[in-house]
Amino acid sequence: MNAPGVDRRLLKPAREVGIAGYGAYIPRFRLPAKEVARVWKGGEGGLPVKEKAVPGIDEDVITMSIEAARNALARGQVDPSMIRAVWVGSESHPYAVKPTSTVVAEAIGATPHTQAADWEFACKAGTEAVQAAIGFVGSGMADYALSIGMDTAQGRPGDALEYTAGAGGAAILLGPGEESLAIFEGSYSFATDTPDFWRRADEKYPEHGERFTGEPAYFKHIQEAGSALMEMLGRGPQDFRYAVFHQPNTKFPQRAAKSLGFKPEQIETGLLAPVIGNTYAGSALVGLTAILDEAAPGDRILLVSYGSGAGSDAFCLVATERLPQQRGLAPSTRDYIARRTEIDYATYARYRGKLTLS
Amino acid sequence: MREPVFILGVGMTPVAEHWGLSLRELALQAMRAAMADAGGVQPQALYVANALAPILSGQTHLGALLADFAGLDGIEASTVEAAGASGGVAIRQAWLALEAGAVETVMVVGVEKVTDRVGTGLDAALSAWSDADYEAVHGLTTASQAALVMRRYLHEHGAPSDALAGFSLTAHRNAVGNANAMFRKAITLEDYARAGMVSDPVNLYDAAPLADGAAAILLGRSSVARVPGRPEVHLLGTASATAQLAVHDQPDPLNLPAAALSAERALQAAGIGRDAIDLFELHDSYSVYAALALEAAGFAARGQGWQMARNGTIALEGKLPLLTFGGSKARGEAGGATGVYQVVEVALQLQERAGASQVKEARIGMAQCLGAGGATAATTILRQAEGPP
Repeated sequence: MNAPGVDRRLLKPAREVGIAGYGAYIPRFRLPAKEVARVWKGGEGGLPVKEKAVPGIDEDVITMSIEAARNALARGQVDPSMIRAVWVGSESHPYAVKPTSTVVAEAIGATPHTQAADWEFACKAGTEAVQAAIGFVGSGMADYALSIGMDTAQGRPGDALEYTAGAGGAAILLGPGEESLAIFEGSYSFATDTPDFWRRADEKYPEHGERFTGEPAYFKHIQEAGSALMEMLGRGPQDFRYAVFHQPNTKFPQRAAKSLGFKPEQIETGLLAPVIGNTYAGSALVGLTAILDEAAPGDRILLVSYGSGAGSDAFCLVATERLPQQRGLAPSTRDYIARRTEIDYATYARYRGKLTLS
Repeated sequence: MREPVFILGVGMTPVAEHWGLSLRELALQAMRAAMADAGGVQPQALYVANALAPILSGQTHLGALLADFAGLDGIEASTVEAAGASGGVAIRQAWLALEAGAVETVMVVGVEKVTDRVGTGLDAALSAWSDADYEAVHGLTTASQAALVMRRYLHEHGAPSDALAGFSLTAHRNAVGNANAMFRKAITLEDYARAGMVSDPVNLYDAAPLADGAAAILLGRSSVARVPGRPEVHLLGTASATAQLAVHDQPDPLNLPAAALSAERALQAAGIGRDAIDLFELHDSYSVYAALALEAAGFAARGQGWQMARNGTIALEGKLPLLTFGGSKARGEAGGATGVYQVVEVALQLQERAGASQVKEARIGMAQCLGAGGATAATTILRQAEGPP
């Protein structure tokens, strides 16, 4: 029993819960980071990623969530009317008031006998929704719940974030362990009041605390959540075939992995930031889908998200025999990454509505 | 003969991004360390050296705040502010109080907490050190002010673009063994040449990193017992001086008259010549000021300061070691606290407690800090007392 104030307990439901289906979505357009540097820095300076995914002019978090949800349903082979919750975590909900989740639920056929709500916790809104869904299914209140992390991320023109703020995400269909492609061994969350990054109401772009976003924010929370979960499960880095961390750029997850004792080959499959950017609430989850696309039965996966403000959700998953049988039922994450149309800064500015003088 | 002022104890925190520590917590750590180092002696007066708390932390009245937080109930306490020279000027005030016979013991604590603000807010706060009406209003920052001076220096003296690299190389090399330093990694001339520009021609290695830190020093008159077993160190002379605040008002921006005056007055007060100085902790907030300070204090002829950084003179084993713990460039620049760090470091040298930074047979050391490109300069000279400890 833990002492008061240090109730560090593993999140593990009575009934085994797993991923019954999963689906990624990444829009096709790519803006190379060097194109941002060309416009804003005279082509000089370091580049935090190679390029980022940009949504088309007719795409938003609703349409992208529907794409990912359909992929998750295709893999899960689940009747959508059985889904008891549709939860979408994002920083880019198209409406301030009116849920993204009801539109998604309607489009995939999950309405009307369902929960539906939008989640907000910066870049970990999606994994928070996954954790809630584990509780929903794990308690027996539902057999299936759909959690989505999806973003069309914002970065102020010229800001460091503009190089990385990408678009994409994933839908995770949670279901009973016996029907799952991967089973949750446990999860754990760590949260504090740490104001490293925020966007106030009615503001178009987020603000951030520069270097404060690193050590006391991203690294501290990932480290605490990841190490606590491994400790409670009696696992170490060597027990995991794969690990994926929230990826605001290329270096942060590499450094977080190293500090937790992981080797580069354990994170390379899920490290997508270099080629799609930081998809905010979609970031860790879309990395997970890339891992599920290639993991073998028995492979153990560590996922640790990070949301500014700040908190991390850590999950431990083990792939089952069903994974290789069902993953081919929808496009892979790498298929979406390969579907690539490069655009220049002007096209990007038009697609993202950054021309404000008109 | 005047009664000497002794170093009773010193303490400091690393200069770093102390995300988890507030202004008062940083100061407390250094103050407690200094009191412990002094064998538990408590000060009768407290001078706080700080230049940025009113803007960055919205906190003035640091004397009362820190005296109370440190449990020094009722003592006399106030803030001394002179931009980057605050630390040296505070030590000067402490020395004056002791010389006047008003108190037996004084604590000086220099503290800056800068990482609660980022970006332009920080630049704007630092610009308040310059002439607000005529410089800051036009967007002059400390970096651009240093860039104007460095450009002029290289041009006037026909010096190569990497003329000042030696100061940065020396600082980084000396910081490797300093556990309180921000950057403990030696750099090469190639690293310097490859560094990105901060404000042309000031590159990343010409500019000291501003970070959080606190350093404290406890001074006392001879009536106060010293901790036995370590060489005794006197404060031999202190002086501070001022010059035109705005660069455009200075008749010659490559001359630092306040630095020259304060060095001259401190040497005079100490009753020694500059040749007696075994080491010099100068203020390398930007590398060009290191060269200018050497010239102002008379260690180099005008236009020759940079040569000392190229021929080994300023190395730990050289004729005049500088930046022995890493200086502002590698130990880290702590704004108004920097002057206190410098004197703490000189004291450690003369007490033979400098570890990997130890300068052999150091008997007399000088520290000098500059405020806003030299508009204020404060110089402190310390001496190891003769005879066995």
